[in-house]
Amino acid sequence: MALRALVTRRTLRTSPIGFRGLQTFSLPDLTYDYGSLEPAISGEIMQLHHQKHHQTYITNYNKALEQLDGAIAKGDSSTVVKLQSAIKFNGGGHVNHSIFWKNLAPIREGGGEPPKGSLGWAIDNHFGSLDALIQKMNAEGAALQGSGWVWLGVDKELKHLVVETTANQDPLVTKGPGLVPLLGIDVWEHAYYLQYKNVRPDYLKNIWKVMNWKYASDVYDKECP
Amino acid sequence: MNLLSCSSNSWPLSSGVVAVTDQPLKSLKGSLSVPSFGWEQRRDNLRNNRRVLKVVAYYGLKSPPYKLDALEPYMSQRTLEVHWGGHHRGYVDALNKQLEKNDVLYGCTMDELINVTYNNGNPLPEFNNAAQVWNHDFFWESMQPGGGQMPTLSLLQQIEKDFASFANFKEKFTEAALTSFGSAWVWLVLKREKKCLAIVKTSNAINPLVWNDIPIINLDVWEHAYYLDYKNEKAKYVNTFMNHLVSWDAAAARMARAQAFVNLGEPKIPVA
Repeated sequence: MALRALVTRRTLRTSPIGFRGLQTFSLPDLTYDYGSLEPAISGEIMQLHHQKHHQTYITNYNKALEQLDGAIAKGDSSTVVKLQSAIKFNGGGHVNHSIFWKNLAPIREGGGEPPKGSLGWAIDNHFGSLDALIQKMNAEGAALQGSGWVWLGVDKELKHLVVETTANQDPLVTKGPGLVPLLGIDVWEHAYYLQYKNVRPDYLKNIWKVMNWKYASDVYDKECP
Repeated sequence: MNLLSCSSNSWPLSSGVVAVTDQPLKSLKGSLSVPSFGWEQRRDNLRNNRRVLKVVAYYGLKSPPYKLDALEPYMSQRTLEVHWGGHHRGYVDALNKQLEKNDVLYGCTMDELINVTYNNGNPLPEFNNAAQVWNHDFFWESMQPGGGQMPTLSLLQQIEKDFASFANFKEKFTEAALTSFGSAWVWLVLKREKKCLAIVKTSNAINPLVWNDIPIINLDVWEHAYYLDYKNEKAKYVNTFMNHLVSWDAAAARMARAQAFVNLGEPKIPVA
């Protein structure tokens, strides 16, 4: 009988999601094989980029969110503020790379095919021609110091296209709250180093061959019907 | 503001080379066969031989103090070839091209150039190239074949004074390297005002000279520094640097030089 008393009742286990319903993020799958973007981007780079780099951002993002949740619950303001840079960096990394995988497509699935329809018109109106846009984005991408992204975005308020760069893993919204990314090119060295070494301009020239303009057009049509 | 004012402490790390552009003396070869220095010779000299002497100061690419394969297997020859021969050389060439167009910045030592182009936080276009040239020169010299182990004598004592122990310093340095975002450098500096050692993270090309601190060691954590050898395993790279590459000899020499400018108190001469 004494033994029975020792047997404690199983407490209600909190679900792994946690009290507040905190969502954890996981690595999205690619819709194409790692090697299918060759020779523009090598399979080795795609695999490392997806399985290692993007996964690391997600892991650290989840960790930071968990810590944030704890700090909010405790009312620990200084920790809440301290965690912001980790959330911006890792969360931004997750957001940006999720868009990036959708921006690329193998050639046989339409990668590299120029945009038609309203996005094509908007590009010609705003930049003169698709080539002019590509030149502009490549120039800005090559000139970017250190690590960052170069974006083609649309301002959903003003309804016009913009080309912007962001540093490190800052998402496009940090350059303007109304900006919606259509295409992003990762110019962190990990995105091209194994194949192109320090010749970033070659990477920028070749990535357009596997650019998924269909995705960009879809997003544009949704923002500017 | 005198942009070319010399700072009182210029670290002789600048690799300045004076190049003189000159028209070749084409007629000299021909004149050797003509023994006389007649009026024809002088006419030719004056006509063809307009020597244009223009002195320009350029920066040269300094070689690391060891062969490119000397850091194997911790840093491969391939990495040195691309990092030094590609990136570092690229910065030097870009800087020289920028200086060609800008008279005011001639004649500065590298340290002066960095401070002037940093422009108190609003950097001029030359800053990135100048600072990266300096940073990489410093980086190659911060490493040596058979590096790692521990510092000795007064440097070790100073580290133990400022970080409690060498192990703690190593941990803090590694942590700084692993928590840096994007392209960055990690430094061990001697702070001039506080008269102590500190670990500093800087992003992109910034280096502690702009805050008037004295660098002792640095580590390149731009991805290009380790990607070919370690891919995304930054921790492995940083640990390898601390255990096998870092040159405490170079650090000790820099520390000794720094003490000419920063008074760290009575030297504690260890009893033999």
